[in-house]
Amino acid sequence: MTTVDARGLSCPQPVLLSLGEMKKLGKGRIEILVDTDTSKENVSRAAASQGWDVKDVQPDGEGYRIAIQKE
Amino acid sequence: MAGVKNILATRWGIVGVGVFIGVFAAFLQKWGNPANMGICVACFDRDIAGALGLHRAAVVQYMRPEIIGFVLGSLVAAFLFKEFRPRAGSAPFVRFTLGVFAMIGALVFLGCPWRALLRLAGGDGNAIFGLAGLIFGIWIGTFFLKGGYNLGRSNKTYASAGWLMPLMMLGFLVLMLVFPQIPEQPQSGVLFYSVKGPGSMHASLTISLVVGLAIGFLAQRSRFCTMGAFRDLILFKQVHLFAGLLALLVTAFVTNLILGQFHPGFEKQPVSHTMGLWNFAGMTVAGLAFALAGGCPGRQLFMAGEGDGDAAVFVTGMIVGAGISHNFGMASSPDGIGPHGIAAVVVALAVCLFIGFTMRPKTN
Repeated sequence: MTTVDARGLSCPQPVLLSLGEMKKLGKGRIEILVDTDTSKENVSRAAASQGWDVKDVQPDGEGYRIAIQKE
Repeated sequence: MAGVKNILATRWGIVGVGVFIGVFAAFLQKWGNPANMGICVACFDRDIAGALGLHRAAVVQYMRPEIIGFVLGSLVAAFLFKEFRPRAGSAPFVRFTLGVFAMIGALVFLGCPWRALLRLAGGDGNAIFGLAGLIFGIWIGTFFLKGGYNLGRSNKTYASAGWLMPLMMLGFLVLMLVFPQIPEQPQSGVLFYSVKGPGSMHASLTISLVVGLAIGFLAQRSRFCTMGAFRDLILFKQVHLFAGLLALLVTAFVTNLILGQFHPGFEKQPVSHTMGLWNFAGMTVAGLAFALAGGCPGRQLFMAGEGDGDAAVFVTGMIVGAGISHNFGMASSPDGIGPHGIAAVVVALAVCLFIGFTMRPKTN
């Protein structure tokens, strides 16, 4: 499984990195690490817009671990 | 409260926030703020620079409580919803520089993106050039973002570091209370005030502060950002933030119509000039600087309120930039651009392009 570490990056880097990974893989499961609620919302919104399901959002250290998946 | 779903970050949530800002910006004008300037983060930061004596342009000196409210309202929301995250260390001097030049560009146009919308909503056709420039600047910025432009990661820092900007704003408020405006006097204690011009026009401290606090609170929750609105539209075809911006524009327009504040035209518009090219170019520079810094001036204040030390550095850059802009004759006036306005735009654009082209991690 691929992990994208977008912690500490300002807008719109977390979304850009996540979208890049989604495009590269096409389908599967990606975990994205973010450190702000804004990034959490933006990444989740971007994933949904690309047809990826947000499977899980867990607190992780100072931020969140977002799991997205596409069959 | 952190468990509650963030309703304000939904589509209708951000539209609601845009409506709130649009209505109250128009009403702030009725209550005393300058025409088509109910809220202008660039102009108000500039007025704060004047109140502190960082520039001595007599007509634009006032410690704007709206700005104080934006930061403190955001701080309250961030604490209430457990989103106060002190962080810093992502290229602070670059962010300072971007703040300085964003302000220099915005003062050639005479307004931030919020005011560009409010000017249009008040009938000022010159705002069309400013908004076109803003979009063009952000569009240039998206090329840098796609090309890997990145100011690096911020890191978690001391809670007290995140408190600094809100405390500074609290200090500004205390100064206002200790040294209140004396009618017809240009100075009260250490603070400068305007006796005429836009700086002399303001709603009461209480109204300005309460509206500022409310907007700060709502904008922190909704992540309202005018630069992000255009950036996301261009970069991702995403309309989320744009919906909020549009709501602001439409409601301010309707409220202006109802209040009799809509006066269409190009000539003799309040606190504006008719030099279309320079309205466009000034905002191109500002839009690019906002895109490279990751937020419009308002958004930078809201992020500073939630503990983002890098956003606080950008805000400080804007206040210092206002001082430089007026001291060096780079700011425009209703008569047109300043004596060094053109040089300012050229240098500012060169600096922003230099930052955009050179600041990206090397790829193998």
